Amino acid sequence: MSQPLLEVRDLVRHYPTGQWLRAGPAVRAVNGVSFDIAPGETLALVGESGSGKSTLARVLLRLEQPDGGTVRFDGTDIFTLDRRALAAIRRRMQIVFQDPSGALNPRMTVGAAVAEGMEIHRLGTPREHPARVAALLEEVGLDPSLAARYPRALSGGQRQRVVIARALAVEPQFLVLDEPVSALDVSVQAQVLNLLLELQRRRGLAYLYIAHDLAVVRQIAHRVAVMYLGRLVETGPTETLLAAPLHPYTQALVSAAPDPEPGARPARIVLSGDPPSPSAIPAGCPFHPRCFLPARDARCHSELPPLRPLGFGVVACHHAASPPAAPGPTPPS
Amino acid sequence: MIGAALWQRPGGRLGLVLLATVLLVVLFAPAVLPPPYLQPDLEQGRFLPPGAGHLLGTDDLSRDVLSRVVAGGRVSLAVAAGAVALSLTLGTLVGMVAGYAGGWLDMVLMRLVDAALAVPRLFLLLIVVGIMERIPLGVLIVTIGATGWFGTSRLVRAEVLRLRTLEFVRGAEALGAGHLRILGRHLLPNVLGPLTAATTLAVGDVILLEAGLSFLGLGVQPPTPSWGGMIFWSRSDLVTAPWISLAPGVAIVLTVVAVNLVGDALQDASGEQPR
Repeated sequence: MSQPLLEVRDLVRHYPTGQWLRAGPAVRAVNGVSFDIAPGETLALVGESGSGKSTLARVLLRLEQPDGGTVRFDGTDIFTLDRRALAAIRRRMQIVFQDPSGALNPRMTVGAAVAEGMEIHRLGTPREHPARVAALLEEVGLDPSLAARYPRALSGGQRQRVVIARALAVEPQFLVLDEPVSALDVSVQAQVLNLLLELQRRRGLAYLYIAHDLAVVRQIAHRVAVMYLGRLVETGPTETLLAAPLHPYTQALVSAAPDPEPGARPARIVLSGDPPSPSAIPAGCPFHPRCFLPARDARCHSELPPLRPLGFGVVACHHAASPPAAPGPTPPS
Repeated sequence: MIGAALWQRPGGRLGLVLLATVLLVVLFAPAVLPPPYLQPDLEQGRFLPPGAGHLLGTDDLSRDVLSRVVAGGRVSLAVAAGAVALSLTLGTLVGMVAGYAGGWLDMVLMRLVDAALAVPRLFLLLIVVGIMERIPLGVLIVTIGATGWFGTSRLVRAEVLRLRTLEFVRGAEALGAGHLRILGRHLLPNVLGPLTAATTLAVGDVILLEAGLSFLGLGVQPPTPSWGGMIFWSRSDLVTAPWISLAPGVAIVLTVVAVNLVGDALQDASGEQPR
């Protein structure tokens, strides 16, 4: 594997709760997460709401400070940078948010929004900006005449394209896509996903694609990382992870995702209960209260399973075994 | 766009027409009215009831009441506009700093505002105005303006706190925007909208406040006319020559009603719940 573009090591982010002197239990949103992303690669980060994936995204871009760990972008530790160096590196990593209606300033025209990054980083002269804005709007499949409009005049899909153009204006190498299509209609989702794939091919972008289910992951990701209560529980290449998930939580997610190929599909695994609160994470394996593996035992209650290599990826489960000959999760007994 | 929405509401339309009338009269009437407001009409005499020569009569010093109402309107409205502009600036500044900076600065600023809000505004004004012998118009404007921004700052702070969580502010940060750009280009323009309605309503408050102060003899000083002052100085003639105080009184009521109608309509139009 080539030199990674992004190296995340043991990232921790806790939120203190309570007021004044009476401190409550900290919300442990991100609990020691490590992964790499290669240039031009898409890593999908999948987890339920509350699993800490959006917090992770904000910390990666240093929109929030971590409580521990490092993030290296192209070899530079982004948490030790001063303001100027941080501004320079931010140009190279951008974010696209979930809700395109909140992601655009309602008092700014589309053109002004797209040009803002160029102004901040002094890319080209102000005279060149309108032409660059028009080119970017065309690149994301919008009519350049939309530059004079305000966001309220646009549809959800158009807005998300504007948000993408705004991020691309500073010519980044890496985009965090925080559930970029989950607020859109299904037909529009496919168009935006295709746009993202095309942009990746044309510009060699690396993506961290955050999703709460596996529905779109198959289309866009090279690798998948599954997050549960602030930790990665399994990472692997998309194909093998979807075909033969190793961690019981991944198995449940896979069984819930619609299968593109009709026919014999394994029984749906329905997890019991809600995920525990990130302020009261269970001891031992954080998944043990909801685990359905027949092999689960006392060790699961006391000992945190480390991520260990298994098959084509890594998995954090004491009892995960190499996939059986027939792919697909074993239905729970 | 907001103007059209205003015009579509009967209250807004009535308010706009009334307000425009008041402003037009106050601004342009002096050009057409012959007797200057300070010059006594010694030929006709004092306490003339409304009639042909003096449309609204004359006062105890034989001055034309209509001219004085018009001239007093200029003073009263200038005080209101100046004071509201000052409160708006101060309140927006403090509210944005508190909401954006957060932490201890927010704490300190908001506790100070709480303390100031706990004291009735008139008391604050009386403290300042009471210790001065003569009150120049500028001092009056600054005093009223400097005691009127507390509520505005809370409003702005709340709005900034709401906006800060929206993704476009995060996105601007991720783009590398500095604090000034985020404050000036992303927060300020979005704060001004909700402020418009509150500001309009504040104009009505300040007109009444200035009238009240002048009525207490602590506002605009004679011979400069102001609406409140005219009522104060003619109070002893209320029974014998009611038109002297009635004319500025009606002017105050008309203006405040107009301003409040516009403010309410603005609030409706911007989709906000009325207070």
